[in-house]
Amino acid sequence: MSTTAIIQDRAPSRGGVNRTFLWIEIKRMLRNRRTIIFTLFMPAVFFFIFGLSNKDHHLPNGHTYGQYILISLTVYAAMTAATGAGSQVAVERAQGWSRQLRLTPLMPGAYIAVKALAALTLSLVAVIAQFTIGAMAGVTMDVQTWLTAGLVAWLGSLVFAALGLFVGYLMPSQNVMQILGPALAILAMLGGLFMPIEVMGDTFGQIAKFTPAYGIGQLARSPITGEFDWAWIVNVVLWLAVFVAGAAMAFRRDTKRV
Amino acid sequence: MTTMSVPAVHAAGLHKSFGKVHAVRGLDLTVRPGEVVAFLGPNGAGKTTTIDMILGLSAPDQGSVSIFGHSPRGAIARGQVAAVMQTGGLLRDISVRETVQLTAAMFDSARPVDEVLARAGILEIADRQVEKCSGGQQQRLRFAMALVSDPGLLILDEPTTGMDVAGRRDFWSAIRADALRGRTVIFATHYLEEADAYADRIVLVRQGRIVADGTAAQIKNLAAGRTVKASLPPSDRALLGGMPPAESVEYDAGRLTVRTGDSDAVVRFLLNTTGAHDIEVAANNLEEAFVALTGDEALTDTTTNTFEGDLV
Repeated sequence: MSTTAIIQDRAPSRGGVNRTFLWIEIKRMLRNRRTIIFTLFMPAVFFFIFGLSNKDHHLPNGHTYGQYILISLTVYAAMTAATGAGSQVAVERAQGWSRQLRLTPLMPGAYIAVKALAALTLSLVAVIAQFTIGAMAGVTMDVQTWLTAGLVAWLGSLVFAALGLFVGYLMPSQNVMQILGPALAILAMLGGLFMPIEVMGDTFGQIAKFTPAYGIGQLARSPITGEFDWAWIVNVVLWLAVFVAGAAMAFRRDTKRV
Repeated sequence: MTTMSVPAVHAAGLHKSFGKVHAVRGLDLTVRPGEVVAFLGPNGAGKTTTIDMILGLSAPDQGSVSIFGHSPRGAIARGQVAAVMQTGGLLRDISVRETVQLTAAMFDSARPVDEVLARAGILEIADRQVEKCSGGQQQRLRFAMALVSDPGLLILDEPTTGMDVAGRRDFWSAIRADALRGRTVIFATHYLEEADAYADRIVLVRQGRIVADGTAAQIKNLAAGRTVKASLPPSDRALLGGMPPAESVEYDAGRLTVRTGDSDAVVRFLLNTTGAHDIEVAANNLEEAFVALTGDEALTDTTTNTFEGDLV
């Protein structure tokens, strides 16, 4: 039989999400020393510096600052992890990998989905690591609080995975995290992850409500603060929409040019 | 079998501009299954631009491309075409084997990873990190990635750029062994030597157009003619229409320059029919002739030197 016949009668590959791709992506992230420092090491250090000293001080509602700070820093760890994972597209573009992938059946949507899933995996690792450190340092919470706070921090990190993708498609830099790292620290501070909104003063307190880390932080801490506001959900959804739209736009611009 | 009549590549009327640079200007190319075609031309001739359009990496301003009867994207989805690009396209932080595994994972059916590693001659370095591989090894990795889908058409863009002599030879022997299985291969190169040694057919491109298309022997004949120079009264220029076919005819300040494969016929014509005098006949330097066929402003001394020795 002619080889040509076999070649011509082939069915197109689906080019969807696949396990090997996802697994190699996750392995790559876990091997990246910079990612590990940003997502696991730094939030842990912050917790030891800021959390331990105030661990047993109490909030008006009876919960401890230790819990408050642990949850806040867990949100920070998850958002850094997800942003870092998403921003890796910048490195892949610089190395010509995105172009190479266009010579395979892989659908652009599947690539983005794998990036998002890998980002969520890394942020899950960050959440578990931070909680483990907190628990070992003596922070206690009931199961429901651990779970709710953990889930919010984890799923909320999707907002930042989108931010990472957005910036990753926008910038050609190999070291996109060197810019994003400090930017995330500022967003975390403005969003009340490094200090409570209440102590930030009026002006910054108002600004805080419109920053992307604010909603996730407030929601993650709601089991211990006992507060809830729909505006927090709106904050999360709007920022997710903004970053996804930005990422989609930057992606289209990128594939047109290459 | 009817499938044989579907060309591996059919490109018609391709045009592509980048701003004011008209990189490809009306290029038509049909490649039959099983051919090994060299796309030969100097840097800046439009080779990479054409390859990008064939692969669907960029859209032509005008014209169309089909690969085995499909759109470039459709052919890629079917694993019918794969390419080895000049640079880039590799993740540095994974191993050679992981790179091929990852590529294979994108296709619904793919060749076994170790088989393509072996065919590309990099099975023994499968566990090496990509960033620790030499340029030649990385190029063979790109070749392995291209073999994953067992494509009917393999496109290589200046595949041996930056390789040393031994690396080039090893790389080409891997490609050649593979082409013997009946794979259609198109490779861009600016080394005449490579085109001569490895292609059944050479397509010469210059300034975004095809200037010659034939077997290596035909192209060599084309390049191996002589140059006839003569003084010719301007009034006799009209007579040149009756001159035997020549590759190129130039007339400048009373001096006629004819490049031809049959200098005897040209000289006989000039003496018998026109008032030509002071006739000189010189054998073309092969290198010169090749440069004449493909050269353009972009051609620098370094490029010219590349051809030294390759032609003789």
